[in-house]
Amino acid sequence: MSLAATTARDTVRIATGRSRDRNPGSMVFLGALWFSLFFGVMVLVVLILDTAIAGAGRFDAELLTGYDSTLSPERTGFRAGILGSLWLMLFTAVMAVPLGIAAAVYLEEFADGRRWYNRLIEVNLQNLAAVPAIVYGLLAVAVMATAGFQRKGIVLGGAIALALLILPVIIITTREAVRAVPREIRDGSLALGATTWQTTWRQTLPSAVPGIATGTILGLSRAIGEAAPLVMLGLASSLRFDPEGLMSPITALPIQIYGLSSSSQEAYKEAASAAIIVLLVMILGLNALAIYIRNKFQRSW
Amino acid sequence: MSHHVSTGAGPTHGSGLPGAPVSLAGRSRPGETVIKAVLFVSAMLSIAITFGIIAALIQPVIDFFGEVAVSEFFSFDEGSRFAVMPLISATLVTTAIALVVAVPLGLGAAMYLSEYASPRARKVLKPTVELLAGVPSVVYGFFAVMFVTPTLLQDILGLEVSFLNALSAGLILGVMIIPTIASLSEDALSAVPQSLRQGSLAMGANRMQTTLRVVMPAALSGIAAAIVLGLSRAIGETMIVTIAAGSQRNLSLDPREGMQTMTGFMATTAGGENPVGSTSYNTLFAVGLTLFAITLVINIISITLVRRFRQVY
Repeated sequence: MSLAATTARDTVRIATGRSRDRNPGSMVFLGALWFSLFFGVMVLVVLILDTAIAGAGRFDAELLTGYDSTLSPERTGFRAGILGSLWLMLFTAVMAVPLGIAAAVYLEEFADGRRWYNRLIEVNLQNLAAVPAIVYGLLAVAVMATAGFQRKGIVLGGAIALALLILPVIIITTREAVRAVPREIRDGSLALGATTWQTTWRQTLPSAVPGIATGTILGLSRAIGEAAPLVMLGLASSLRFDPEGLMSPITALPIQIYGLSSSSQEAYKEAASAAIIVLLVMILGLNALAIYIRNKFQRSW
Repeated sequence: MSHHVSTGAGPTHGSGLPGAPVSLAGRSRPGETVIKAVLFVSAMLSIAITFGIIAALIQPVIDFFGEVAVSEFFSFDEGSRFAVMPLISATLVTTAIALVVAVPLGLGAAMYLSEYASPRARKVLKPTVELLAGVPSVVYGFFAVMFVTPTLLQDILGLEVSFLNALSAGLILGVMIIPTIASLSEDALSAVPQSLRQGSLAMGANRMQTTLRVVMPAALSGIAAAIVLGLSRAIGETMIVTIAAGSQRNLSLDPREGMQTMTGFMATTAGGENPVGSTSYNTLFAVGLTLFAITLVINIISITLVRRFRQVY
C-alpha cells in the first residue's frame, strides 16, 4: 500500500510539477483535507486540556489511594476502581490470550481454507469483531444467570464479558503477526525434519511474539476503557473495599466515572475529571508500550 | 494446505514442481493430533460464542413476547415501557448526526493520507488519528456533557439545547468513528492501481481532479464498506449516548432534545434492579436482540462490500 502511494506522489511530481495544483480550488480542497486530518487531533487536545483543567484540583494522593466517600466528596478516591480495573484486566488476559493465540495459530498454520467450516469461522470472526460491546455484556449476563451465580457485578462475570469482547481482536492481530513470518523459516525447519507443530512452536511463534504482544496489549487497553458490558453486568459504581477473589463484587474505573457523570455536585465532577486523566494515562501508557514493542522488536525479513 | 500423512519411514512428499504447495504434514504423532484438536476447538469457540449469543437472547425474548404483545413492542407509543420504535428513532437521529460529522472528515483524512502525505508523514499521522479510537467512550460521554453541550453548543454557538440532547451525543459519536472510516477508506484508496492515476494525470488533470474523479470512484465500494462499518459502530455505541443523550423516550427528530437510544435504554435499565425472569429483565434481551439483528445485517453488508472491492483489481 505504502509503496503504491509513494509512486503516486513521484508520478505527480514528474508528470505535472506543482503548477497545476496551485489554483484556488485545489488549495481550498487541500485545506479541507488538512482540516479533516487535524479535526480529530484538535478534539483530542481540547478534551485532554479541558478535563485536566477541570480536575486540576484533585491530583493528590487520595485520588489513587482513597475509597469513594459520600461524607467528603472533595476527598473521594478511586482505589476500588483502579484495583478493580487491574484485576479485570488480569483475568481477561488469562482467559482471552491463550484462547486467541490458539485459534489464530489453527487458522493460519493448520486450517484448510477451502473447508466450509474453516470459512465459516473466518466470516464469523469478522462478524464478532463488529458486534456491539453491550451485546457481549448481555451474553455474559445470560451465562452468569445460567451458571447460577446470584450475585451481580462480580469479577468472574466482568472478566468473561471483556474476554469475549477482545477475543476477536487478539485472533485477528495474532493471525497477521503469524502470517508475516516468512515462508522460508517454516520451510527451513520442515526441511530439517521438524513436524508442523514443532515448526510452529519453535520457529513461527517465537518470531511472531512482538506482533502478538502488540495486539494483545492493544486489546487489553480497549478492555480497560470499556464500560458498557460491565454496566450490563451490574457492576457497582462505588465500593469501599478491594477485590478479593473471582466471586468478589468489583467496580472499575470507567464504571466509577460513569457513576459520577450524572452527579450534580461540583466536587464529584472534579474528581471524575481527575479520574479520566488517570484512565487516559493508563490507556496511553499501554498504547505507548505496544508501539515501543513494535518498533523495538520489529524485524524486516 | 492439504495434510497427507506419510506412511513408511521417510517423508515421501516434496516431489512437487518448484513453487507447488509443499505438504507441511511430516510424520504424524499422537501428541500433535491432540494439540491440533485443541487448536481447532479454540477456533471453533468463535462459532460457539455466536450461537451462545443467539441462544442466550432467544429464551428471555420468547418469555418477553409471552407477556408483551408483538404489536406493543413495535409500536411508536412513547408512553409504553416496552415500545422499541422510539428507541430506534433516537438511535437513527444520533447515528445520522455521527455520519454527517464522520463521513466527510474521515474521507478527507483518508484522501490526504493516501494521495498527498509522504510515507514518513503517514507513519506519524495515521496512528495519531487512530488514537481517537483508543479514548474510552465513557470519557467521550463525560466530555459531551461537560464541554460540548454547555460550552460549545450553548455558549459559543448559542443554540437552545436541553442539558441532555441528541446533538452533542451525535457529534461526539461522529468523532469516535472518524478513525474507523478514515482507516478503511485509506486502504481502499491506496488499493486503486497506479495506472488509473497516471492515466488521469497524463490527460492533464491535477491532483484534486485525479483524487475526486478517478481514485475516489474507483475505491467506492471500499469507501462504502468503511461508512457502513462506521454506521454499525455508531448504532452499537453505548456510553456516549447513555451519558449525553438522556433517558427520555422521544419520537421527535429534533436533535436539540434529549432522547433515549436502544443502547442507552439497555444501559439504563441494566443499572436498575431487574430480577432474572422479570418482564423488565426480558425487555433488555428483546431490545438487545433487535440491536444484534440490526448490526448483524449491517456487518454482513459491509463484509460483502469489502469482498467486492478486493475482487475488482
